[in-house]
Amino acid sequence: MTKRPIRFYQVGSFAVGNRLLRDDERTVQSDPHRSNSIDSGHRACQGCGEALGARYALDAAMRATQGQLVAVNATGCLEVFSTPYPETSWRIPWLHSLFGNAPAVATGVSAALRVKGRSDVRVVSQGGDGSTVDIGFGCLSGMFERNDDVLYICYDNEGYMNTGVQRSGATPPAARTATTDAVGPQPGNAFGQGKDLPRIAMAHDIPYVATATVADLHDLEAKVERAMSFRGARYLHVLVPCPLGWGSASNETIHIARLAKETGLFPVFEAEYGTVTSVSKIRRRTPVEEYLKLQKRFAHLFGKNPRPEIVTHLQEIANRNIERYGLLDTADAPLARHATTAEVRS
Amino acid sequence: MLTQIEGSRAIAETVALCRPEVVCAYPISPQTHIIEAVGVMVKEGRLAPCEFINVESEFAAMSVAIGASAAGARAYTATASQGLLYMMEAVYNAAGLGLPIVMTLANRAIGAPINIWNDHSDAMAVRDSGWIQLFAETNQEAADLHVQAFRLAEELSVPVMVCMDGFILTHAVEGVDLLDQSMVDAYLPPYEPRQILDPDNPVSIGAMVGPEAFQEVRYLAHLRQLDALHRIPVIAEEFFAATGRHSGGLVHSYRTEDADTIVVAMGSVLGTIKDAVDIRRDSGERIGVVGITSFRPFPSLQVREALRHAPQVVVLEKAFSIGHGGVLATDISMALQGTGCVVREVVAGLGGRPITRLSLEKLFYKAARGELGELLFLDLDVEVVDRELARMKAGRRSGPSAENVLRDLGTTRVEGQGR
Repeated sequence: MTKRPIRFYQVGSFAVGNRLLRDDERTVQSDPHRSNSIDSGHRACQGCGEALGARYALDAAMRATQGQLVAVNATGCLEVFSTPYPETSWRIPWLHSLFGNAPAVATGVSAALRVKGRSDVRVVSQGGDGSTVDIGFGCLSGMFERNDDVLYICYDNEGYMNTGVQRSGATPPAARTATTDAVGPQPGNAFGQGKDLPRIAMAHDIPYVATATVADLHDLEAKVERAMSFRGARYLHVLVPCPLGWGSASNETIHIARLAKETGLFPVFEAEYGTVTSVSKIRRRTPVEEYLKLQKRFAHLFGKNPRPEIVTHLQEIANRNIERYGLLDTADAPLARHATTAEVRS
Repeated sequence: MLTQIEGSRAIAETVALCRPEVVCAYPISPQTHIIEAVGVMVKEGRLAPCEFINVESEFAAMSVAIGASAAGARAYTATASQGLLYMMEAVYNAAGLGLPIVMTLANRAIGAPINIWNDHSDAMAVRDSGWIQLFAETNQEAADLHVQAFRLAEELSVPVMVCMDGFILTHAVEGVDLLDQSMVDAYLPPYEPRQILDPDNPVSIGAMVGPEAFQEVRYLAHLRQLDALHRIPVIAEEFFAATGRHSGGLVHSYRTEDADTIVVAMGSVLGTIKDAVDIRRDSGERIGVVGITSFRPFPSLQVREALRHAPQVVVLEKAFSIGHGGVLATDISMALQGTGCVVREVVAGLGGRPITRLSLEKLFYKAARGELGELLFLDLDVEVVDRELARMKAGRRSGPSAENVLRDLGTTRVEGQGR
């Protein structure tokens, strides 16, 4: 393969550019002969995290399977923007059935391939957080429990964005959506348990569970590749910022995804057979405000009537994640040198 | 070979002969014996290569079948009642995608009140889904229809539902002539999909279709059902040629040549109706029967041809559209437009209420004398209904009707509320 010079614009970010990587670790997205699951020209919004995440994830899956890949898609943004009649962006065999049944449809595809002696063809099932944590949750849990040979990828943009930004079971506390408006004494989404699907997936003891964000695409690709090295049910949860639903600038998608990870609000880790095997450490404890202030869905926490106690509550969630997954390397970065909850409050 | 066998078992054995590749199922009475038996055969390896998937809901069952069928496998499942309703979104989807899945529907009532016994409310609920719906009169026909169903479904790329009365057929042990593998193999070629998920030739299945083409896609589905009206008799004829048995087809007439009154029905009740008709014939009444095997597509022309010479048509059905009347009767009335036939609707056998020969004889006696109203509920306990109506009139908080009615009948006793 002949290499062509590549220019980088990632100054000031934590992203790892190709120049720092060995040849075999470099991204192939800039190669004209790269794998291509989703063609350009689809109808995703500018700055769509899901379009980016899906493309990198599926391209990586294509490479891992030498192109022997079938994708099943739940109803949602990804389905709608990729297949407006009579066009389709999909360069792989692709099946959309319903909103809530993508895991079960994938089970059926996988079973058929096994019967046909085509176990070389692998199956990816994908959907947004609505179809994953809410309406398709039963089918997903069933697929996990049976350990069907399917990689399920959730592109989590924390709400029902395709229908106009309504709350889902993955919407974070305090976030404004069309059904949890920023009005009344408790503006935005209620605080509650939420659905932490990666941990629920782990509780099924399936071979592989991982989280990723579109801020670290190499990490996303590596996790897809790792996932494809297992047989059985695998789950990948990718945080994909939504400029429309989050009220963020379309050129901030990567930045916001990175802050979600760096604050600890979205822990990035891998688990095998129910046990965490690796976590992506964060460099320093970034206050959640840095993440929240870039998004209009949290604007009511900072405006004329600021709600510092709610911000503190969100910081506590981040702190809890940092504790739970050991996201901060205490040896390198003692807690005392960084912002604590108390400092954030003041 | 004629075997004394339970209906469900006969279905399982016949489905096995059809070499299904993916079977998925979620248990619901009265379908359970069918899938249990298929499950055993798969586990023993008798059906290899075949995958049996124990899913977590009927919605998943149909969804697994959708995925399997789209990937080129012959897919089968079975359900009933609430299960059919729970999978309803996927039922429509399978038809919309044109996937030739075959499903047994062990017909059962829909709650509330919850009821596990037979009627046709479940089948009627998905009448407009785009599935072909064939109704079996006997266990023999139910078994035979499954072989024809796979053939029909795969020829046309349309899913087919074989409807058989829950318990009355599924749990009845009687003689069934099971087919042999060589006959089925000769009759039912391997599944050659019209569309398939293939990495070497990638297609998008289930893309979004807007107003510019949706109506055309729907119309094409209608055309395929109209094709089925031509194929169903041919497939039944070929089945007859191979087995010597008349199973399937569109409609079947019994003693209708000179009939003044023709009774129309679907499913196992046809047997009882024919017995009652024989008896009424003996007393000189000119009465006959038409059984509808293919409810969807609805064979309007054949129905019209079979009924038009009779002044009176009595449609007896195990379901109705609440607030309107008979479902089948509505279709029959449409088919008979302009013929002058008078159509009488009789709703019977809801929730497993036995339809006895005696009740039918009385019904036919009244019919012969022109004494039937437009809509009749056979063997309705008017006294119980009146008592509940009175209770509702007497006070606001009259309580749940179902429990009140059971109490009236003495089935349930509540301390301190003796009535």
